[in-house]
Amino acid sequence: MNPELGQIALILALLLSGLQCALPIIGAWRGSKPLMATAPTLAVGQFVFVALAFGILMWSFWTNDFSVAYVAQNSNLDLPWFYKLSAVWGAHEGSLLLWMLILNLWTVALVAVLGTRLPQEFFARVVGVLGFVAFGFLLYMIATSNPFVRLFPVPANGADLNPVLQDPGLVFHPPTLYMGYVGFSVAFAFAIASLLGGELKSTWVRWARPWTNVAWGFLTLGIVAGSAWAYYELGWGGWWFWDPVENASFMPWLIGAALIHAQAITDKRDGLRAWTLLLSIFGFAFSLLGTFLVRSGLLTSVHAFAFAPARGVFILVYLAVVVGGSLLLYALRAPKVTGGKSFALASRETLMVIGNLMLTVACAMVLLGTLYPLVGEALNIGRISVGPPYFGPLFLILMTPLVLALPFGPLSRWGKADLGVWKRALIRVVALAVTAGIIGFIIGARSFMDLLGITAAVWVMAGVVMFAIKRWREAPRGKRYPFEMLGMMLAHFGIGVFIAGAILTRSMSVEQDVSMKPGSTVQVGNYDFHFNGVTETPGPNYRAEQGSVSVSRNGRQVAMLHPQKRTYSGGQVQTEASIQAGVFRDLYVSLGDPIGDGAWSLRVYDKPFVRWIWGGGVLMMLGGFVVVLDRRFRLKRAPEPEPVHAKPEPEAPRKLAEGEA
Amino acid sequence: MRHSWLRWIVAAILMICAIAPAVAIDPLPFQNEAQRDRFQHLTGELRCMVCQDESLLASNADFAKQLRRQIFDMMQQGKSDKEIKDWLVARYSTFILYDPPLAPSTIALWFGTPAILLIGAGVVVVLLRRRTRPSNAIAEEPGDDW
Repeated sequence: MNPELGQIALILALLLSGLQCALPIIGAWRGSKPLMATAPTLAVGQFVFVALAFGILMWSFWTNDFSVAYVAQNSNLDLPWFYKLSAVWGAHEGSLLLWMLILNLWTVALVAVLGTRLPQEFFARVVGVLGFVAFGFLLYMIATSNPFVRLFPVPANGADLNPVLQDPGLVFHPPTLYMGYVGFSVAFAFAIASLLGGELKSTWVRWARPWTNVAWGFLTLGIVAGSAWAYYELGWGGWWFWDPVENASFMPWLIGAALIHAQAITDKRDGLRAWTLLLSIFGFAFSLLGTFLVRSGLLTSVHAFAFAPARGVFILVYLAVVVGGSLLLYALRAPKVTGGKSFALASRETLMVIGNLMLTVACAMVLLGTLYPLVGEALNIGRISVGPPYFGPLFLILMTPLVLALPFGPLSRWGKADLGVWKRALIRVVALAVTAGIIGFIIGARSFMDLLGITAAVWVMAGVVMFAIKRWREAPRGKRYPFEMLGMMLAHFGIGVFIAGAILTRSMSVEQDVSMKPGSTVQVGNYDFHFNGVTETPGPNYRAEQGSVSVSRNGRQVAMLHPQKRTYSGGQVQTEASIQAGVFRDLYVSLGDPIGDGAWSLRVYDKPFVRWIWGGGVLMMLGGFVVVLDRRFRLKRAPEPEPVHAKPEPEAPRKLAEGEA
Repeated sequence: MRHSWLRWIVAAILMICAIAPAVAIDPLPFQNEAQRDRFQHLTGELRCMVCQDESLLASNADFAKQLRRQIFDMMQQGKSDKEIKDWLVARYSTFILYDPPLAPSTIALWFGTPAILLIGAGVVVVLLRRRTRPSNAIAEEPGDDW
C-alpha cells in the first residue's frame, strides 16, 4: 500500500508543480495579486508531497519491502541500517527523487527568507520558474524512472547495494553535490524571472548572490567528498581522474566560480549584466547536464543509453526546452545597452573579466573532452579515448593566467588600480614565490613542474596574506574584514593550499606494490611496513580477509593498519584501504590477493600532504558560506531604495527573518 | 528487444569489472624507482579496454593484468615508451590511448579549446577597448573600496 501512496504523492506533487509554474507567472503577467499570492502555498504544498514520497521510499528500504523493485535491486536484509537509508540515492530513480527533494528544500528556503521581502511580481516569477524545473523532473520520474514500481513475485531477499557505494562517503557525497547542482537553479530562476519581467535593473543580482555562493560552497564540498571517497574506496590512492563522472560535476563548479565573480561586478558596478544573466543560465544548464550524464547511462556507452530510449529522448527534450528556451528568452530580452560604471584597463574589473574568461574556457575544454568520445561513437568516426593526458596539461595552461592574476584582483581598486600598489605587491609576491622555489630546489624538488607548482602555491597564498596585512593597516578597526571579503580570502587561500597539496603529493608520494610473507618488512619512503599476516573477520553483510601491518619509523611504531578485502553476500569483492591520516602525510595500505606460500600482494603508500588537497577545497567551501553573512545582503540595509512595487511590511517579522538568514 | 544481444555483451563486460576487486595490486620486480615511476606514468595514460573509464594502471581486469605484464616485459627489453605505445596501437587501435593522436577525427578535439580561447579573448579585448577609459578620466571614489 505504501509504495502506491508514494506514487500518488509524486503525482500530486507533479500537479502542484504545474500550478506552481503557471499561476504565479500568469499572475505576474496579468498583475493579479491573488494569483501571485499562490506561489508560496503551492511551493510548500509541492514540498510536502515530495518529502512524503521520499519518506515512503526511505520507509520501504527501512522495512525491507522487496516488493518494490528499486528496493529489491539496491538493498538486502543484511545491509547495515545507515546504508539502507543512504541506498535511497544509490541508483538512478532514488537519486532523482533526492534531486527533487533538494530542489523543494531550496524553493521553500527561498519562500521563507525572501517570500515577503522581494517585489511580489518578481518573486512570483522566480517561484514559477522553479515550478517549471520541478514539473519537468517529476514528469521524467513518473514517466520513465518511477522508484515505486512493484516487483512480482516478491523476492525473499534483495540484491545488494553496490559495495563500492557502501561507504560513509556515499552517505554525504550525493546530497552535498545535489545541494550544489540544484542550488544553481536559484540563480537561474532569478535570471529568468528578470528576463521575463523585462527589467533592465540588476537589483536581482544582489538578491541572488548569497544563494549562488551557498550553492557553490555545497558543490565544492560535494566534489571534495567524492574525491576523498575515490581516494580511499577505489584503493589506489588517486584523488582525481578526469573521469567523465567527475568532469560532470566539475563543469558547473567552474561556471559557478565564474558566476560568483560576475555577480559581484554586476552588483557593485552594474557592469557585465548580460554576461551574468548568461552565466546564470549556463550554471544551471551544466548542473542539469551533470545530473543526466551521470544518471542516464550515456557515459557507459552510447549503446547503453539507447537501451532506454524513452529516458534518453526525454532528457534531450527537457534539456533542449530548458536551455534552448532560456537562451531564446535571453536573446530577445537581454539588456542591449552596456551599462555600468566606467573603468580603466588596469582595474579589478579587467582582472575579473580575464578570470571569467579562463574559467569558462576551461569549462568548454572539459565539455569538449568529455563529450567528444560520445559524439565520435555516435557519428561512427571511430572510438576515441580522452583522459588525463588531455585534460591535465590543458587545464594547467588555462589556469596559469588566472593564478598569476589572482593576488592582484583584491589588491586593485574598482574602476582603476593604483599602479604603485601593484608594483610593490608584484615585487613582494615574486620575491616570496621565488624564495619558495629555491627552498624547494634545495630540499630536493628537481622537476620543472614541481618547482612551478610550489612557486604558484606560495604566489597565491602570499597574495592573500599581503591583502590581509594591507587591510589591517589601512581600514578602520571593525571594518577591516567584512564577511564578503573574508569569504574571498578564505577561498583564495584555499586555492593556494590546494595547489600545494596537489603538487607535493604528486612529487613526494612513494608507492609500491609488493608481495609479502607474514613476518616480512618492506621500506617505503622513511617508513618500515611490517606485515603480520591475514585473518578472517566477519562483517554484517560480508566476510573480510583482514591484513595487519605495523608501520614504524626509526624502530618506533607509528601506526597499526588493517586493510581488508571484503567479499559481499552478492559475491562482489571490494578492497578497503587502511589509512593513517595526518596533516603532513598519509600512510596507506591496501590488500591485494594471496599469491601462494602464505604471501600476499599489498599496495603500500607514503603520501605526504594529500590532505591539503581537500583542506584547500574545504577552505573554498567555507569562503562560499561566509560571504552570506555580509551586511550587504541583508535586505533592510540595502543602499538602493526599495523598488516601488514592494509591499511595505511590518518591522518585526523582518528582523526575525534576518536572524535566520 | 532489438538490442538484447548488445545489452548482454555490455552487461557481461561490466560484470567482469564489477566482480574484480576495484584495486589492481600487481607486484612487479622493477629494477629501480625510476622504472617504477615510468611504468606507472605510462600505464596511467592507457585505457583498460574492457572496463568503463579505467586506466590500465587502476584496472584489475585480467586483460589489464596481462597487458601490464607485457608492458613490463617490454620495458625490461629496453623498449621506449613510444615503441610500447606503437605496439599497443597496432594491436588495439588508438582507442587504448588516453591522449588521442592528432588525426582528421580529432582535429576538433585538439584545436577546439585554442579556438574557443581565441574567440573568447577576442570578445574580451573588444569589450575592454569599448568599455575602458583612460585612467586619468576616472575619478577616485571616496570611501571603503570593496
